[in-house]
Amino acid sequence: MSRYARMFERLNGEGAFGAFLMLGDPNLETSEQLLDAVVEGGADMIEVGIPFSDPVADGPVIQAAAQRALAAGVRVSDCLDLIAGFRERHPDVPVGILTYANIVVARTGFMRDAAEAGADSLLIADVPALEAERFTRDMAQAGIEPVMIAAANTPDATLQRVAGLSKAYTYCVSRAGITGTHAGGEFDARLIQRVEAAGAPPAVFGFGISKPEHVRAALDAGAKGVICGSAIVDLVSRRGDVVGFVQSLKAVTRNDSGAE
Amino acid sequence: MRMNGRFGRFGGCFVPEILVPALEQLEAAFLDAQEDVDFVTELNGLLANYAGRPTPLTRCRNLPVNIYLKREDLLHGGAHKTNQVLGQGLLAKRMGKTRLIAETGAGQHGVATAIVGALLGFETIVYMGAEDVERQQLNVFRMQLMGAKVIPVESGGRTLKDAINEALRDWSASFENTHYLLGTAAGPHPFPTIVRDFQRVIGREARAQMIEQLGRLPDAVVACVGGGSNAIGLFADFIDDTGVRLIGVEAAGRGLDGDDHGATLLRGTHGILHGSETYVLQDADGQVTDTWSVSAGLDYPAVGPQHAHLRDSGRAEYVGATDAEALAAFKELAESEGIICAFESAHALAHALKLAEQEPGSAILVGLSGRGDKDVSQAQALLA
Repeated sequence: MSRYARMFERLNGEGAFGAFLMLGDPNLETSEQLLDAVVEGGADMIEVGIPFSDPVADGPVIQAAAQRALAAGVRVSDCLDLIAGFRERHPDVPVGILTYANIVVARTGFMRDAAEAGADSLLIADVPALEAERFTRDMAQAGIEPVMIAAANTPDATLQRVAGLSKAYTYCVSRAGITGTHAGGEFDARLIQRVEAAGAPPAVFGFGISKPEHVRAALDAGAKGVICGSAIVDLVSRRGDVVGFVQSLKAVTRNDSGAE
Repeated sequence: MRMNGRFGRFGGCFVPEILVPALEQLEAAFLDAQEDVDFVTELNGLLANYAGRPTPLTRCRNLPVNIYLKREDLLHGGAHKTNQVLGQGLLAKRMGKTRLIAETGAGQHGVATAIVGALLGFETIVYMGAEDVERQQLNVFRMQLMGAKVIPVESGGRTLKDAINEALRDWSASFENTHYLLGTAAGPHPFPTIVRDFQRVIGREARAQMIEQLGRLPDAVVACVGGGSNAIGLFADFIDDTGVRLIGVEAAGRGLDGDDHGATLLRGTHGILHGSETYVLQDADGQVTDTWSVSAGLDYPAVGPQHAHLRDSGRAEYVGATDAEALAAFKELAESEGIICAFESAHALAHALKLAEQEPGSAILVGLSGRGDKDVSQAQALLA
């Protein structure tokens, strides 16, 4: 059973809280501490970005984080080392990589190296279902689970493909746009129903989570979990209290657990 | 998608899932429009009576006389860009969009988009690297004069690739009412195909004009390649003429041995950027590197996927011309023929001049993709 499956089983209906961090932001040492901090705050799963010079799916906050990491000289190998270190310290917490196609194709054996470092899943932001097959084949061989995106405008036929190709969880996007630019709080229950009807992996809302009430609204819409990205990355850039912030959002999923 | 969007192993549609429906809609509109007599008639009417097609084919009088210039510099707007913005503008209308967004480097494609925005009545937004906005004030003003809004992009290196990133971000949120009018034969499917097909009028005319003036096809067809739209437009109708050499000229900048160039096909490696699998100038990790060329239009770290395929299949050859060689050709054309061409086009001419010397008997067709008004003040500084 995969770490994600074990996590969802352990949570037993309680919403999963995923925390996103850009690896190497603002430097390797701080990044390592931040990975531990979000777990300390109660994150059930960790999503990590491997910085790319041209992140077209990301808004200004995450783009700036990638640029800070690259400016600090962070390499893909350093990112894999950070994951390996995290895996030693936290054997059970699922880790998913979010990055772009060019980073993946530039490194021979990227999937294998990521799996060996201890990553559980991989979401390639600029690989839609239409182009995914050759990547998911490599992922299956390497033993890393593909995560794919379902958006409000994604047709049912594509959701069927997503169901067939992906594992781990389904990264749901309620509204059009890029990361970090949503007012937050708008979560499409219809999308969750369509994802479930297609038989895709557990639906997790990925955009627009920055406040406790957003977590509640996302779970009320039927999501099995949430991922908070830009709000945490923004807090990192302002050296805010990451542990406390994660605690405040994770607390909502616990309060909601009886309602399922 | 109804087409496979591939050129050999290159091309494809590498965009966030959220943009796929918008690209499918665009592909459908494009394919349907090809079959629609009204669309074709309207486009051809605009190309003839608004943009000024056909453009002349000029045989040089004082440079080697075996060089023939396809004069896209005489097109309305001053460059070949106008051909395809008219086509995409009509497609946007057909899809019921009310807003156009575009990226621009030096401003030529931004100006072309502003032209079609004014003509066909769109709200027009042009993303332009903040550094380019500072360098190209005149083009910024031209766009504004025609009612477009220019948004300086402060992220990344503040140049063309960052402007494309920003346009894609805008489109991710705005595709319901907005058409992304991509400026070159690159990007995700269906853009490389659409832009090529709207630009292939260049080669179609030139091929007929060569036969009319010379009585036969040229021995070589030479065009500059940045993203590659003017080159693919000139090459397309010659691809099946296997006796005709197709030569793309990339920006060798300050020299191919260093990092200051834009020679993606000569020095790039396999990658995926801005929606397309192609050659990319990048480091070992896949981080895209900064490029350099004296001509902003060739200053791009990827290249259209069909050029990548033409390179790998050996059907086309790709060479470089340095800043200095281009500048010398720019000057020579002005002095000898009374034509001030764009720095981009001067790269093609620079190679054609070398070729004419090596092979005095061969007929060489050169794509003169744009006029040089935009480059005159830079030339003044460089040639002083």
